[in-house]
Amino acid sequence: MAMSPALSRTSAPPRWQDYVQLLKPRVMSLVIFTAITGMVCADSSMNPILGGIAIFCIAVGAGASAAFNMWYDADIDAKMRRTRARPVPSGKVQGSDALAMGGVLSLFSVMLLGMTANWLAAGLLAFTIFFYAVVYTMWLKRSTPQNIVIGGLAGALPPVIGWAAATGTAPLNAWLLCAIIFMWTPPHFWALSLYTSEDYEKAGVPMMPVTAGAASTRKQILIYSLLFVPLCIVPVFTGLGGLTYLAVSALGGLVFLVLAWRIFRSRAGEAAGQRNDDGLYDVKASSKDARNMFAFSILYLTLLFATLLAEHALGLPGVGVL
Amino acid sequence: MSEPKPDPTLEARARRGRNIALALGLVLFVVLVFVVTVVRMGGNVGLRPL
Repeated sequence: MAMSPALSRTSAPPRWQDYVQLLKPRVMSLVIFTAITGMVCADSSMNPILGGIAIFCIAVGAGASAAFNMWYDADIDAKMRRTRARPVPSGKVQGSDALAMGGVLSLFSVMLLGMTANWLAAGLLAFTIFFYAVVYTMWLKRSTPQNIVIGGLAGALPPVIGWAAATGTAPLNAWLLCAIIFMWTPPHFWALSLYTSEDYEKAGVPMMPVTAGAASTRKQILIYSLLFVPLCIVPVFTGLGGLTYLAVSALGGLVFLVLAWRIFRSRAGEAAGQRNDDGLYDVKASSKDARNMFAFSILYLTLLFATLLAEHALGLPGVGVL
Repeated sequence: MSEPKPDPTLEARARRGRNIALALGLVLFVVLVFVVTVVRMGGNVGLRPL
């Protein structure tokens, strides 16, 4: 890891809230949501207290991997507008503190999950932390434009961990939830990187628009979307999703494809200065299609998982023809 | 160039906040281990042959 000269200690002492920020609370909330969905879809009779503690462990494990990421990526975070206010690059927290916190919380979350649920779930959590911190952060992110494609596995595993925590097994339907998030990640992140590519270029991160250009990225967003949307409908055939899920996945998928087509036809990512200064969603007119895709992709994934969660919580039957 | 000196009052307040957060974290850990032990043990007690 090369420390940037931009990193310096501020005069303000570190507060406990700065340490909470190391855990990326917003990402943690998404992990909690998808892990709960996996756990509920497993339709097991797990003790709800143990289930709650298992979800807590999964969330802490995700936070631990985020702390490792904040420690290792402090040099490139300092160069990007979106990340330069993070605790380590802004100098609020020392990198060594972030590293120690990641290590302690990793051990804590994996061991407690093993005690609370089972060692399959704990092993999957340990693998997820390792994959995000080492394979994605330390290796893929700086070396290949396929970084978020392969690295997306770390973000896709929480529903499998939730399922495994509830049942001690990881069947096909659990991996189907994982595959949906895995295939969702490239169009989601590339849509974002189309209008933040200047930041990535400045930091030397080989995101797809930086290395292959905006036109190639737009084409790949369309290709991945064409693979992703049919995959979202597969749970209906395996008995995981019911009729409500069929409607949500099909209608939402249609909108997803329309947005992907619009990006493909647009010139998103080509002009300089894609973003204005007022937050992540404030973009120039040429990048509005990419911004819309980024925003809708979050909504679509949330709707898919919320529908599955509701169907299983209410005991609605799946369709299941396979 | 010398580093900026932190305000002693701010420093003390921040340290106190960190200490309380750490203490709460440790208490939470102890409570979680206790609860997990009781719930798991309770289930096994219920399953034993009488």
